Amino acid sequence: MTKKSIKCRVNGVNREYFVDVRSSLMDLLRGPAGLDSIKHGCDVGECGACTVLINGRPFNSCIYLAVWAEGKEIVTLEGVTNPDGSLSDIQQAFVDEGAVQCGICTPGFIMASIPIINQETPSTREEIRRQISGNLCRCTGYQKIVDAIEKTQKKRIAEKKKG
Amino acid sequence: MLSEPNQTKLTQKMPILTLEEMMSIVGRSLNRVDASDKVTGKAKYTGDLVTPNTLVAKVLHSTIANGVVKSFNLDEAWKVAGVVDIVTCFDVPDIAFPTAGHPWSTVEAYQDIADRKLLNTRVRLYGDDIAAVIAETEIAAQRALKKIEVTYEEYKPLLTIEEALANTEIPIHDEFPTNIVKSHKYEIGNFEEAIKAPNLIKVEGEYETPIVKHCHIEPAISFAYEEAGKIVVVSSTQIPHIVRRVCSQALGLPIGKIRIIKPYIGGGFGNRQDALTEPLNAYLTTRVRGRPVKLEYTREETFAFTRVRHAMHFKITSYLNREGDFVARSVKAYSNQGGYASHAHALVANAINAFRMMYPVGAIKGEAYTVYTNLATAGAMRAYGIPQISFALESHIDDIAKVTGLDPIAIRKRNMMKLGYVDPITTITCHSTGLEECIERGEKYLNYSEKREKYSKQSGAIRRGVGMSIFCYKSCVYPINLETSACRLVLNQDGSAQLQMGATEIGQGADTVFTMMAAETLGFTIDKIHLISRQDTDVTPYDSGAYGSRQTYVGGMSVKKTAEKFKAEILKFAGKLLKRDPWDLDIVENQVVRKNKKEPLISVADVAIEACYSLKESIHIAAEETHHCSDNTYAFGVCFVEIEVDIPLCQIKVVDIINVHDSGKIINLQTATGQVHGGMSMGLGYGLTEYLKFDPKTGRMLNDNLLDYKLMTAIDTPELHADFVMPYDPTGPYGNKALGEPPTIPVAPALRNALLNATGVAVNSNPLNPQKLFYAFKEANLI
Repeated sequence: MTKKSIKCRVNGVNREYFVDVRSSLMDLLRGPAGLDSIKHGCDVGECGACTVLINGRPFNSCIYLAVWAEGKEIVTLEGVTNPDGSLSDIQQAFVDEGAVQCGICTPGFIMASIPIINQETPSTREEIRRQISGNLCRCTGYQKIVDAIEKTQKKRIAEKKKG
Repeated sequence: MLSEPNQTKLTQKMPILTLEEMMSIVGRSLNRVDASDKVTGKAKYTGDLVTPNTLVAKVLHSTIANGVVKSFNLDEAWKVAGVVDIVTCFDVPDIAFPTAGHPWSTVEAYQDIADRKLLNTRVRLYGDDIAAVIAETEIAAQRALKKIEVTYEEYKPLLTIEEALANTEIPIHDEFPTNIVKSHKYEIGNFEEAIKAPNLIKVEGEYETPIVKHCHIEPAISFAYEEAGKIVVVSSTQIPHIVRRVCSQALGLPIGKIRIIKPYIGGGFGNRQDALTEPLNAYLTTRVRGRPVKLEYTREETFAFTRVRHAMHFKITSYLNREGDFVARSVKAYSNQGGYASHAHALVANAINAFRMMYPVGAIKGEAYTVYTNLATAGAMRAYGIPQISFALESHIDDIAKVTGLDPIAIRKRNMMKLGYVDPITTITCHSTGLEECIERGEKYLNYSEKREKYSKQSGAIRRGVGMSIFCYKSCVYPINLETSACRLVLNQDGSAQLQMGATEIGQGADTVFTMMAAETLGFTIDKIHLISRQDTDVTPYDSGAYGSRQTYVGGMSVKKTAEKFKAEILKFAGKLLKRDPWDLDIVENQVVRKNKKEPLISVADVAIEACYSLKESIHIAAEETHHCSDNTYAFGVCFVEIEVDIPLCQIKVVDIINVHDSGKIINLQTATGQVHGGMSMGLGYGLTEYLKFDPKTGRMLNDNLLDYKLMTAIDTPELHADFVMPYDPTGPYGNKALGEPPTIPVAPALRNALLNATGVAVNSNPLNPQKLFYAFKEANLI
């Protein structure tokens, strides 16, 4: 078993981990990093429950090797919550729109939605659907998840316009 | 006695509020009580609770579908570093146990079939559990598994019902020599006499539904350890109390020696209404002196080796008169059980019961068979046999409409269940119905009748079609099974209350509606109810769990009864403090008031602190009640759908879809709407894309993953519309009826009927995927 030291930023903090070269980023984050918002659903990048942001882009952390995280900026759901512990706009929208049921896919969906809500121009619902179709949900039929993302994106764009 | 005019006057002066109008919390659209934890990652699921020193177990699954394990060679496996123990089917207790999530029956004839052991020597499906490795790491366990050599005596896999019925020399289970798990018949009226009437129209049809999968996003998982002389199993289950009983049976231990803990779970949909990994996991910890052992299935194992929905085959014959009244109907059903009994015959029995209940007119007879095969074991899945019969029956109604030229809605309205119907076999009574209004709203929303007429005359490659379907669904499992639910309320010193339910949150929103119900009955605000979501069979009151859409109906009544008792206890103590008759007191928004008055006399918080710390008379204010349910009622609903069919591409696109439900009074509109959307999405998959494929030679499941098994993604899903008709059901605790499972029922047949409208092609099996449509369109000379 080969181990390797890696340095990366996780939720805004510089970290150093000594990882098994075979382990996935999901294993690292759920294990030594103690970030269990990341959920395990399939291990092969099919369900999206383990989605995290790597340098701002959503990735399935189960098929991303931990050693590839060297020098990367990683954000998990723990890093989306406001520093005072209150809910960020997208989390609040998931609550208010009823986009959460069993909740196992929710962290992945929120992470996948972050690039969408940060877009400069509004997306159609079709575009939102396409961008989240790497994440599976069996409870909600996606209707209210799309509602929550659409609402937050609109709100952010309006806020940016106000300056 | 008052004369009539006086009565009217009195009513005008002081309007009598209905029970429904008096409710202030029930009926509102509130956010889920668990939503905040779930959007921040604070909500803990089984996998999040595993401690770092936990050993990892992996199961060795057979690579044949039918046969016997003769021997193992474990030499190389033992050499893998990190292996702690290897257990084979020759080592486990010689005890057969049942896995179905039914309440135990004290009548032997009604007990679930005990047909499997912790590990099985007799292999009955491809992937049967035959050995297990416990290791320090997952990699070590996986490596050891690969090094185990197995010698089998192999029999021909029996993968279809026909094969299983024809090959009985070596039955799949010795106790069932014909491979038939169970069969039964019923007859209402005299079928043979009824069909002698003159001028009847006879319509026959055969319909088939596939094996499909629940696809909850969290795989099957549990971990187990010993503590205080007990085996503790932490598991992602819908039914902690039942799993406790199954583990005790499987290990031959007293029930008090087993403790099940159920944290948040990542979906269930009926798969977890069965003991899955828990019994073996409980045993494995005993093999390593009680050290914690995790048994987590991969996605592929969860697909192939937990439970699936039964494939069913139906033959339906209907006789009706020229006006469209049913005179006689019959159904013959075959259900593919797979290798083990699990819920067995209960599903197809439920299916042919619904055949009778939906259109309870004329003579009706039903006949059903459940047959063991060497395929994946079938168990409960959302709506328990009803998606299957509804696909058949509702397709058949549109076939009748096509043959007779009658209107499909008119046929349904003439013959469907009406208010006051009492089922002659189960005695389940229709205490309320909004079905007619559901149909009307759906019809109006889609402009169905006009479009149906227009679309029936199309030609060309791209065509539109509309379809609809209706259903009825029972609100609990009474009188087939026991219906019981217990609840506990404990007063905290700050005037808030702990609410403990045996009924489980599995994503459907049970915790939220129980919180609302308790607040409603107590006169508390929502924030004063702290529901303990996690069930622990050592402390949680008994409830059989989340299934049968029973929780708000049965569990809801236990909340109501407990809250009434709890409130009386609070008021009794408040009465002493205030020196007032408790019967004259009430609670409104956390304040004790005089009945029908608003001025607060004392806060519940002050009552609570005095009750706890009073030097004169301290008392632990708490209440516990059981609701033994001995009634049932029907929920109803419809789906209306418009599709666009691309004939050359053999593709169906959903243009518009609505489900309208009568689930009685809706407790929480937000969560109810979410249930409907999720059910519709699952129904769309059942109708259009989902089926499990097996290798016809070996019986191995071929699409055991989320890439090859086509469940709906966001881009596949159309905008979903949900609406509710809300008659107040007199038997529901707050006027409510079943909702959890029903939304998935009517979608597939509505899609199939829309295809019939668009193309004139009757496809009698789901899913309506391009592969199937290609052959159907070719046969119809459309391509």
